[in-house]
Amino acid sequence: MAHAALVLSPYAHARIRSIDTAQALAAPGVLAVLTGQDARAEGLGGMPPLFMPEDMGGPKGHRTYRPLLATDRARCVGDRVAFVVAETPAQARDAAELVEVDYEPLDAVASLEDAMRADAPLVWDEAPGNRCCMVMYGDAVATDAAFASAPHVTRLKLQNNRLSANSIEPRGAIGLWNEADEQYTLHTSSQNPHGARSMLCSHVFKVPETTMRVISPDVGGGFGMKADAYPEDGLVLWASRRCGGRPVKWIPTRSESLATDNHGRDQLVEAEMALDRAGRILGVRARSAHAFGAYVVSAAVAPLNFAIRFIPSVYDVPAFHGVNVGVFTHTSPTGPYRGAGRPEAAYVMERLLDQAANELGLEPAAIRERNFIRPEQMPYATHTGFVYDSGDFGALLDRCLDLSDEAGLAARKADSRSRGLLRGRGIGLFIEQGGIFNDQMSLRFDPGGTVTIVAGTHSHGQGHATVFAQLVSEWLGVPFETVRYVQGDTDKVPFGRGTYAARSSMIGGCALRMAADRIIEQALPVAARMTGNEPAGMSFDRGIYTGANGKQVTLAEVARAHFIKAGPMAQLGAGLQATGTWNTDPPNFPNGCHICEVEIDPETGHVHIDRYSAVDDIGRALNPMICKGQIQGGVAQGIGQALHEHLVYDRESGQLVTGSFMDYGMPRADDLPSFDLRFAKVPCTTNPLGVKAVGEAGTIGAPPAVMNAVLDALRPLGIHHLDMPATPLKVWTAIREASDMARTHER
Amino acid sequence: MKISNQQTLPVPRDDAWRALNDTAILQACIPGCESLVCTGVDSYELVVLAAIGPVKARFKGKLALSNKLPPESYELQFEGQGGVAGHGKGQAAVRLEPTADQQTVLHYAATATVGGKIAQIGQRLVDMAAQRMAADFFRNFNEQLQPAPAPQADPEASRPASLWARLTGKPAPDEAAP
Repeated sequence: MAHAALVLSPYAHARIRSIDTAQALAAPGVLAVLTGQDARAEGLGGMPPLFMPEDMGGPKGHRTYRPLLATDRARCVGDRVAFVVAETPAQARDAAELVEVDYEPLDAVASLEDAMRADAPLVWDEAPGNRCCMVMYGDAVATDAAFASAPHVTRLKLQNNRLSANSIEPRGAIGLWNEADEQYTLHTSSQNPHGARSMLCSHVFKVPETTMRVISPDVGGGFGMKADAYPEDGLVLWASRRCGGRPVKWIPTRSESLATDNHGRDQLVEAEMALDRAGRILGVRARSAHAFGAYVVSAAVAPLNFAIRFIPSVYDVPAFHGVNVGVFTHTSPTGPYRGAGRPEAAYVMERLLDQAANELGLEPAAIRERNFIRPEQMPYATHTGFVYDSGDFGALLDRCLDLSDEAGLAARKADSRSRGLLRGRGIGLFIEQGGIFNDQMSLRFDPGGTVTIVAGTHSHGQGHATVFAQLVSEWLGVPFETVRYVQGDTDKVPFGRGTYAARSSMIGGCALRMAADRIIEQALPVAARMTGNEPAGMSFDRGIYTGANGKQVTLAEVARAHFIKAGPMAQLGAGLQATGTWNTDPPNFPNGCHICEVEIDPETGHVHIDRYSAVDDIGRALNPMICKGQIQGGVAQGIGQALHEHLVYDRESGQLVTGSFMDYGMPRADDLPSFDLRFAKVPCTTNPLGVKAVGEAGTIGAPPAVMNAVLDALRPLGIHHLDMPATPLKVWTAIREASDMARTHER
Repeated sequence: MKISNQQTLPVPRDDAWRALNDTAILQACIPGCESLVCTGVDSYELVVLAAIGPVKARFKGKLALSNKLPPESYELQFEGQGGVAGHGKGQAAVRLEPTADQQTVLHYAATATVGGKIAQIGQRLVDMAAQRMAADFFRNFNEQLQPAPAPQADPEASRPASLWARLTGKPAPDEAAP
């Protein structure tokens, strides 16, 4: 095995005048030093985004093709510039230091605000004003009219902080080129091995997909960050080919991960809500910009889209208009990160509602109750093209208020005050989309009568091996322990799209249901033959076929009969397997209410989460324990966004200044309370399992609940706005500034 | 990153000014400085081996002096490249203030930015490393400026006794005064 190290651009924006690899090539153990010019010379292509707004009928944007290695310009700190392959990891890293790159530093823009200025340096000459693309939803004329006659308008400017997914298992890849059968094999840490194969074969190597095998087993976390191929996936394969078919391995350091993984969020939004005096919403308007970074990668357009489409949320908004612009900046690219646009949307709406309630003298719960879409309005069509099938949002709020011990809130506030602390309570409701794209799942029986699930979805922490086996065991009456689960290998799974966008419970589950139904149907003639019945009179229940004559046979026995080598049974065919498919039309709409209570120490600015309650409508819970785990993990990440995490580029230089866990604040166990989580199981009416997604609920519900709680605690001091993350420094500074202001007014 | 501090030097201002413009003294004082070559009027090229947290790299850099008001003040600009370790640049203002007959206070205020890997390893590490380098520089500079020991009546008295002398109580034959 050979090992590789990256040479990354230390500049946010620079012309690459030349790259001198001679010294690195002469270093001990070095096998190859690859550059962008080499890639170009060998005809290797760049990686486009998976889709752009124009592919969905929107206006045309600027589609980038990210090369494996930058050729003449580096466009962000962490842009890949060279790839060094050596006998050992240490030799590769040492030699990487000897690659002499002659950079001519150029002016860079790292922040959204700067990138949109008229005189901003351009990331792409082809994209004037650094505008990449835009999406727009709703009716501008109707919304303007609603605002023109509204007795009250609430306005907010919010920043949604840039985050890093920080999966416990970092990305990493091993590439292998086999000269004898002209085959590439890639071992990678991906949520979507078939998607990675398509990207690499179609765009990078331009070879048939039959020449590549991609293997990604149950890897340690993805969160959307690993949804698609990265340059390193192509680099290890190319490097292996250049090194005569030796396997080449690349594993990043944590700092390299922070610099080179796709980031999440990074949005700037100006939002307005028009209301009547009673707090009834008349209209909502949002103008937003999303930082794409230096390249449009992966499904970067998904957050751009969902961040606008879900702003109306669970409320009956009579008029809506929202625009979101994708903007290039000299930073690492952003892509989908757990929630992908829904956290941004829910944050806008819930912050607006709290601000409006405060301005109109209403309780946060009351203004929400006044505006909910009511169950009798279902199915409900939004101005942004969704049709919600089910949900009872008022009931969610009531139940969550009870769960949070609303009755005891006044006493807890008084108790906090007696200890010199500020207590605040925040509510965050949301609705989102579960499921995207179509997929397939297969069931394959073996001669022993046991069954294997061959999954097109991909589990990397979601527990699919458990949940899908439970379903198959329940439907087909086969013992749970004997069900095998196979995924994550393009040679073992005929086709799949992997897991992201909370798609697997519905798409995977329903496809599996279709496969199971087909098995029951296919095996029926054999069951009839075995019991001496006509197929027409057969019934199937919990794994057992029963004929009109009362004779029974288990599916396992029938499956074994499918493998009889010769004789009368063999005439019915050989083997028993079936594939089911499902698609996302229509998707499901999980929703929830999260309530957080914080205590803030005004002396230090430290925010302590005292209690956290949530009621999530996830439809039918396939496995309540796993569902609860999904919510817990999501809430922890959502609290991370609200209080700790912020990926920061220096505004002047474009340098990444949170390049290690010393500066990037990850939430720790002692930052989190014990969560009080409940499910409202309002079945989805548009899929046969009745499931709604569960994977993203926590990251969507938590940020507004936590920030509304923080502001609820600080409003008595005259603080009405804070951007995430509410770090001790930020809270402390706001408290000091507010008290200075108060003193000035007293004078 | 901003650093400002002051240092009391045990020499008159003119001596301090001369030392600050002496490449041999500067090379001896800059921590990790492997070479310092004058390339023109008030401009230098230098090579510094620096360790910042886990990153150790050889920085090749340029240093230029400007706005010189001898013997009172000047400004300096510097930039350095450390390959994959990253790069740094900045400026500093230096002012010499005579405070006593044999004493000068050196005031300095520097701003610096770093890029690449050294920017990513942790701001606290970088700040600490920069402050330590500044402190090391001025400690070395101070040592270079210490006045030579004043001539004494018996130069032998100040010399440490040799092992022979300590064992025998007599000067060793080769230690005998010429």
